[in-house]
Amino acid sequence: METKNNWKAWLYLAPMLLLMSVFTFYPLINAFIISFYKGYMPLRNTVEGFTLLGNYLVILKRPEFWNAVKNTFVIAFVSVPISIFLSLLISTALKSIPKLTKFFQTIFFLPYVTNAIAVGMTFAVMFNKTYGLVNLILGWFGITAIDWIGGTSNWGTQMTALLVFTIWESLAFKILVFTSGMQNIDKQYYDAAKIDSASKWTVFRRITVPLLSPIILYISITSMIGALKAYNTVIGLFGTKMGNPSYSMITIVAFVYKFRAELASKGYYSYAAAAAIILFLITVTFSLIQGVVAKKRVHY
Amino acid sequence: MEIKMVNLTKIFTSKNRKEVRAVDHVDLVIPTGKLIGLLGPSGCGKSTTLYLIAGLLRQTEGQIYFGNDEVSEMPPEQRGIGLVFQNYALYPHMTVRENILFPLQNLKVPKEDAKKQTYDMAKLVGLEELLDRKPKELSGGQQQRVAIARALVKKPRVLLLDEPLSNLDARLRLQTREEIKRIQRETGITTVFVTHDQEEAMSISDEIVVMKDGIIQQMGQPQDVYDHPNNLFVAKFLGNPQINVFDGEIVDGKVLIDGMAFAETKLPNQKIIAGIRPEGFVVDKTKKSPFKFEIDLVETIGRDTTLIIEVTAEESTLLDKKTFKAIVDAEFRIKPKDVVHFIIKSEKIHLFDLDGKLL
Repeated sequence: METKNNWKAWLYLAPMLLLMSVFTFYPLINAFIISFYKGYMPLRNTVEGFTLLGNYLVILKRPEFWNAVKNTFVIAFVSVPISIFLSLLISTALKSIPKLTKFFQTIFFLPYVTNAIAVGMTFAVMFNKTYGLVNLILGWFGITAIDWIGGTSNWGTQMTALLVFTIWESLAFKILVFTSGMQNIDKQYYDAAKIDSASKWTVFRRITVPLLSPIILYISITSMIGALKAYNTVIGLFGTKMGNPSYSMITIVAFVYKFRAELASKGYYSYAAAAAIILFLITVTFSLIQGVVAKKRVHY
Repeated sequence: MEIKMVNLTKIFTSKNRKEVRAVDHVDLVIPTGKLIGLLGPSGCGKSTTLYLIAGLLRQTEGQIYFGNDEVSEMPPEQRGIGLVFQNYALYPHMTVRENILFPLQNLKVPKEDAKKQTYDMAKLVGLEELLDRKPKELSGGQQQRVAIARALVKKPRVLLLDEPLSNLDARLRLQTREEIKRIQRETGITTVFVTHDQEEAMSISDEIVVMKDGIIQQMGQPQDVYDHPNNLFVAKFLGNPQINVFDGEIVDGKVLIDGMAFAETKLPNQKIIAGIRPEGFVVDKTKKSPFKFEIDLVETIGRDTTLIIEVTAEESTLLDKKTFKAIVDAEFRIKPKDVVHFIIKSEKIHLFDLDGKLL
């Protein structure tokens, strides 16, 4: 590599670096700093001093924060594996109908280009106790109407509805990536497996999944990060009340947002920053764990 | 297990609805326990034939029998075949052991038996030391042997090999073809392999089947097919260097090429195509023979010497090319520009009509 031409590389990178400095690096570092302020008033920009862990301890003592952590973890650890598994199955099914693959790919991709808030409102109607589609269908099987997200709903029903919505919403991108990944798998492996008398399930489990494992890893890391940042799905489904009773479906990002919105209350801005940093650490930790697991489980 | 193909035809329809007859009314019986080479240039239908036997392709017409058992409509997994793909198709994420074990697991063979059979098979192909390696940690020849072991471990009725040597370098190719021959002998399994390399096919096959445009041109023992080609195509396809092909005619029982009588025949007068194998030219030490040529190029390989003779006459009788080749004993130290007298071995001359059919 010749060093004298480096300035060109920097020149090309400059616009991106500039934007990232303003909108990514600076806020990131600033969030760290704000999380150590004591009695910060953002509107007046006054600080009463510094504290290393004070803000963190404040939010760690709040039951609402732990509720947010619980909700976020449930969303991440239930929706991500289920949606990966489902989208793998759907992609495999799509592959076996090559003529219609393109058509169904488009259909399955539609959720990706729709707005989570708008679709969330649709789901809210579907999960309505009296005139929702879900209860109508359940009624066919003799199941009495359940209040999923209304005034008499509980945490379990609300979380179920939220998970169904989250999974549905996250299938689109995964299916797209998996179907194109499968197209890159040499057809001869499938011919060989056929001759080796492998059942469809065996082919899926022992050929398709291992050969897709690098892509599955990529998808699981990115969707884990996405799920840990869940927010708009909650707003979409439950509105700004975020559940019944209010804030029962709060997530970490929603928690951050709620505190950040209280600009006039002394120190709340720093609580929000501290919560954001905690979320950041959680996300980094899980990405690292996945990376380590991947080294053992992902093939070639 | 004898393989019988009756009237086997495969037509591919391309996107613009053009029909291609990849395999055209093939009738073929492959005897039990033999190693058969399906030979032909690319696009001749040899691989298609193999995939039809395997069941990965479905025939348009005709039947396939293994012994008395019709398999034409059976899916591949029920036919009892082992197939070695051209690029082996070893599962890259599995070790050698897992690759060989895979068919047995699918057939629900009890664990202990499967383990033993895997080891025995690995031993047969000489890979028992490498069972825990991944395919990418093996050389091409070793991967090839894993593929053969995987194909054989379930004790198939028939072993099919698609261009088994084409991905190997020259030295490995020689080794591996002996290896294939040995494994086939030891297991006694009926084996069909596809190749475009005539030398490869001739060297290891019990019988070869030469194909062109989906049609079988000739079948027989390699030496027989080489010595008695049915037509010009077979004559040209077998043998390296290629047979020399000349325009000629038969006049009064003499085969004339460029006015010179090369051989005698009982055939009636007519225009012909004459093929003379390069080894049909023998150096005449007495220098009495009328066939004398000036040598243009000499290729020495040690065992014998290839002489390349350019035909300068304006109306060359030589078809296809401007030169013809003679292979002579290395004891003659012939140099370019030497004039050499040849005796022509009559059994090395093959006469064809203008359509290329043997006369």
